Amino acid sequence: MALKARTKETLAAYLFLSPNLIGFMIFTFLPVFASLLLSFYKWDITTTPKFVGVHNFIDLLGFHSEGGRLIVNDPKFWQYLWNTAFMMFSIPICMMASLGLAIALNRKVKGESVFRTLFFLPSICPGVAVAILWLWIFNPDYGMLNNIIYWIGKFLGFNIPGPLWLNSLGWAKPSLMLMNFWISIGGMNMILYLAALQGIPRDFYEAAEIDGANGWQKFWAITWPQISPTTFFIFLMSIIGGFQGGFMQAYIMTGGGPGGATTTIEYYIFNNLYTWQNVGYASAIAWSLFVVIFLFSLVNWRYGGKLIHY
Amino acid sequence: MAEKKIRHKNALGSKEKRLQLFAYAVLVIGAVSMILPFLWMATTSLKTLDAIFIQPKNWIQMFVPTMFKWENYAEAFKVVPFAKFYLNSIMVGLAVTAGTVFTSAMAAYAFSRLTFPGRDKLFFAYLATTMIPGTVTIIPVYVLMRLFGWVDTYKALIIPMIFSAWGTFMLRQFFMTLPKELEDAAKIDGCGFFRIFWTIILPLSKPALATLTVFTFMGNWSSFMWPLLVTNSETMRTLPIGLESFKTQYSTDWHLLMAGSVMAMLPIVIIFIFTQRFFVESLKLTGVKG
Repeated sequence: MALKARTKETLAAYLFLSPNLIGFMIFTFLPVFASLLLSFYKWDITTTPKFVGVHNFIDLLGFHSEGGRLIVNDPKFWQYLWNTAFMMFSIPICMMASLGLAIALNRKVKGESVFRTLFFLPSICPGVAVAILWLWIFNPDYGMLNNIIYWIGKFLGFNIPGPLWLNSLGWAKPSLMLMNFWISIGGMNMILYLAALQGIPRDFYEAAEIDGANGWQKFWAITWPQISPTTFFIFLMSIIGGFQGGFMQAYIMTGGGPGGATTTIEYYIFNNLYTWQNVGYASAIAWSLFVVIFLFSLVNWRYGGKLIHY
Repeated sequence: MAEKKIRHKNALGSKEKRLQLFAYAVLVIGAVSMILPFLWMATTSLKTLDAIFIQPKNWIQMFVPTMFKWENYAEAFKVVPFAKFYLNSIMVGLAVTAGTVFTSAMAAYAFSRLTFPGRDKLFFAYLATTMIPGTVTIIPVYVLMRLFGWVDTYKALIIPMIFSAWGTFMLRQFFMTLPKELEDAAKIDGCGFFRIFWTIILPLSKPALATLTVFTFMGNWSSFMWPLLVTNSETMRTLPIGLESFKTQYSTDWHLLMAGSVMAMLPIVIIFIFTQRFFVESLKLTGVKG
């Protein structure tokens, strides 16, 4: 009887699971291994796939000697990896800004919900619309930023030439970082920080005040250690996200240029897959990226729980 | 002594006041920098083509619309099939959302309220895939769509998107919090698993279901890479893809491009304003906390 009830429950469980489980297997679980398999082939989808072993990975990550000098096989990949890493330098700045806004919001200000809604807006707007908007903002001749720079110059009494933003080799990456700053500082990270700040017990501060601690001391002795798990979480998620970022901006705003300065790994994968129909190579890049991201996820699992100060 | 204490308190009070003022300053500067790009977009969308390429004479001219050429919006609708893009986005969004909530809720029920062999291992597999970068799975699924001949169909836009591991995880976390006694009572009354799911679990989970609904719909509305990969013809495009192709065709007609961007943002902003509490809710549900 008991056994029968259990079989009945198992049967019911799989019935409930089946719609999701079938789709999960076909579109998520098996593709993980399918792309690993594809990375050992040379294939353009239309012709028969050709097995090439680890050749794609050698092309991607290996190097060869040319007149005594070691040259990487795919210099573009390393350039794009550098671009991707460079864009991630904005993460600490974005996090500091998110924390600053959260601290200000947490001071029981009037109109808190209005501010919060406003700050959140950029992060929920469709990325394409935001990218087109910023393309216009960055316009060197008639865009908003160079207009503002012109007005500031006029106010100060001399002419400041605005940069060419996305069209300039040096400014292209910082421009996109500025845009990402605008998009992300008031989004989920700020909400996470706000929740963390609200979770700190009030009597911690009261005790510190009795001991005569000033605001700065209270921040470093109470606030910062108390929110460190959140900081750690946001930092790692931003890094993991950063490795997979930059596709939409490159596709819509810059075409990856000038001179490949704004091409990220994600955009390189897309071009290999879609533009050049190089499925095997795209899979090899995606899997290499996966390994790197997996290492960061491991760090998160291993140490994420340990840094909690309670 | 008493006087000294009072003075100390006063000093503290004025310091608090200054800090509060500083907080307001930070918030106002933040708010202004958030608003300016949107204002700039709205103003541009209402200008004539000639007016765009004139250096504004002052701040006001730059951010406050001095003319209201609403015809720009009508023209944007005329030059590209925006209505069709809207329709596609709404249809695909609704289908994906309904599918995701349906499959996720069913699976979450099995994971949270039923016991069966292999449950925890299977759940771990679900959880583990949320760590995998999207492109790793997108490549074979795109190949699959090509092989199935699904490219340029609604099937490709909808079906691969309705099996969300994240949605299953989120709902499972919520279902776990519901007291077990509710089910036991129903079981004694002779309720089957489906009745329990339908009449007890689902009605009690409205906030979680609403959160997943809002998240899925808004995520799908902004989705770009997948629809770009699997659509070719103009009539199959969703709003983001339509907007992108509009940008390539009318690359200097900034007044029309901004009108198009406003139209793509507006529905989602309105939805967000009415549903923003669910965004905070989602933090509680997934257990991400400070």
